[in-house]
Amino acid sequence: MAFENLSERIQKALRNLTGKGKISEEDINTASREIRLALLEADVNFKVVKDFIKKIKKEALGKEVQESLNPGQQVIKIVNDELTKMMGESAATLNKSKHIPTIIMMVGLQGTGKTTTVGKLAKRLIDKDKARPLLIAGDIYRPAAIDQLEQIGEQLNVPVYSEHDEKNVAKIVENGLKQADDNKNDYVIIDTAGRLEIDEPLMEELEQVKKVAQPDNILLVVDAMTGQAATDVAKGFDSRLDITGVILTKLDGDTRGGAALSIRAVTGKPIIYTGQGEKLSDLEQFHPDRMASRILGMGDMLTLIEKA
Amino acid sequence: GFGARLNKFFAQFRTVDEDFFDDLEELLIESDVGYETAEQLTTALRDEAKLQKAKSRDDLKKVIVEKLVELYDQNGDAANEKLRSHDDGKTNIYLFVGVNGAGKTTTIGKLAKRFKDEGKSVLLAAADTFRAGAVEQLVEWGKRVDVPVVTGKEQADPASVVFDATTKAIAEHADYLLVDTAGRLQNKKNLMSELEKIERTIKKQAPDEPTETLLVLDGSTGQNALLQAKDFDKTTKLTGLVLTKLDGSSKGGVVLAIRNEMKLPVKLVGLGEKASDLADFDAADYAVGLFHDLV
Ligand SMILES: Nc1nc2c(ncn2[C@@H]2O[C@H](COP(=O)(O)OP(=O)(O)OP(=O)(O)O)[C@@H](O)[C@H]2O)c(=O)[nH]1
Ligand SMILES: Nc1nc2c(ncn2[C@@H]2O[C@H](COP(=O)(O)OP(=O)(O)OP(=O)(O)O)[C@@H](O)[C@H]2O)c(=O)[nH]1
Ligand SMILES: [Mg+2]
Ligand SMILES: [Mg+2]
Repeated sequence: MAFENLSERIQKALRNLTGKGKISEEDINTASREIRLALLEADVNFKVVKDFIKKIKKEALGKEVQESLNPGQQVIKIVNDELTKMMGESAATLNKSKHIPTIIMMVGLQGTGKTTTVGKLAKRLIDKDKARPLLIAGDIYRPAAIDQLEQIGEQLNVPVYSEHDEKNVAKIVENGLKQADDNKNDYVIIDTAGRLEIDEPLMEELEQVKKVAQPDNILLVVDAMTGQAATDVAKGFDSRLDITGVILTKLDGDTRGGAALSIRAVTGKPIIYTGQGEKLSDLEQFHPDRMASRILGMGDMLTLIEKA
Repeated sequence: GFGARLNKFFAQFRTVDEDFFDDLEELLIESDVGYETAEQLTTALRDEAKLQKAKSRDDLKKVIVEKLVELYDQNGDAANEKLRSHDDGKTNIYLFVGVNGAGKTTTIGKLAKRFKDEGKSVLLAAADTFRAGAVEQLVEWGKRVDVPVVTGKEQADPASVVFDATTKAIAEHADYLLVDTAGRLQNKKNLMSELEKIERTIKKQAPDEPTETLLVLDGSTGQNALLQAKDFDKTTKLTGLVLTKLDGSSKGGVVLAIRNEMKLPVKLVGLGEKASDLADFDAADYAVGLFHDLV
């Protein structure tokens, strides 16, 4: 499935429009079919697409076409600007506690990249802030989940708090936090088991962990390849835990990553970092503008329009 | 889930009109079927409904489920729908591939248990020597289901682990060898050629193997799954799909698109994290499952 570039498609759809002047309702309707398709192919949630198109229509109708652009380009510019705005205006950062430690808790579906991201985040904090983090192994279910985190801790030379026999995760976290206090760790990062947002007992477990840890950051880790369910998942975790931000993983793949837009739209919470590979150094700040053009499947065309 | 949504949707319409089919198309899109496939399916269902003069809700439900199964069936090769194995005393080798975190290792644990329960001898190969804790994870599954695991040194060449495991499986006349590989994104050239090497290593000792090369797909994946299927198929010819995490809010609609384009059958579905949470894929069950409140 070779995706045709959205700008090509819109240009084609609006080919017959030679006059400049104002953008008419007909132009917008023609273009919006293409926009809709492009967003759906990028896995943006269906309802989010609908709302977005409404917004674009309102924004574009009757707008003067800029001197340097043709009507198709003008529409694309509006779409891109609006999408970038929705992705979050400026680079978001982690919440920092007034007293040490700053506590970060990872949550999310199975296999999204939580445990790996715990390691990446620790590395980033060490490299940038000379931090002395403690990692807490809060996944007692997945086979060898504790081994995995311990190996990551070893690679980074960072302590990992774990208990192999305790079945109460909140208790483990509580004990881990005591150790952090004793050792004056400035950051604590809590790994949790992957779970479905509809899994009642496991969601309750997260609420308990939140209660004992009072985390400054609850980060939802989302796989960038997620499809339409991204909205349900994000809503599910956010409504139970009031997440503070999102980390989008596996963006080193060739997914368009429309889930990013879906999550922003339903939670309003910022995407803070992106995972760009399996190595512990593969964590990057989130860039709303880059994400917008990725979702739209556009590269060079945009830079051209942005200069206009 | 899909069923609940579809039910709500049916409740809104007393008569069958164009809006009905527009909304059906939306519903399919929301299940990750993809725009093109949703459009094709909706057209087929619209024609079918006309043909069968389906007017009531109940008529429509039946027509839709039947048509969906029919479409699925006609897109495949009936002989290749189930897991293949041979009873000639030679080892059946199954190779598991897929992107990161899809559920490969867990599926191997579950399938090992199934074979073991059937009285077969099973061996596992821990050829993910890259990810932290990956070997330990498979070893733990081996313990749980009482099946031996061949491991290599940390960061060893995965092909060397596969070589050792194949040698051992053949020497011991194991019925099955299940090979776990590291997760890799399909656009990573180096990692994909590593997979090629693993396949070559198997063929060197067992030219007719692997009996199955299964792409493990996370059921919540969107349209990228199509690219995964195509690129993995190019690297190591796939014989089928495993669709995991169907116990969640996603229904894995994208396999319909994959089926449409590539004729690849889904052979297994993952329904949870326990060893017993594995089932054979069944097209009728799947369609009825999607629409289960309706029929
Ligand atoms: N390519 C790529 N792989 C990633 C990235 N982040 C994580 N992974 C891989 O994704 C897989 C799952 O990562 P984990 O960290 O184990 O995921 P998890 O969310 O802790 O999984 P559970 O604990 O089972 O829920 C592993 O193979 C990781 O190496 C990323 O940004 N890019
Ligand atoms: N709910 C649910 N979780 C599953 C299912 N299959 C696997 N998982 C979970 O998904 C996560 C990742 O599974 P793994 O088996 O480690 O996936 P993998 O493909 O081997 O991952 P990598 O080796 O890191 O690429 C684990 O937490 C599993 O327990 C399933 O059918 N349902
Ligand atoms: Mg984990
Ligand atoms: Mg694995």
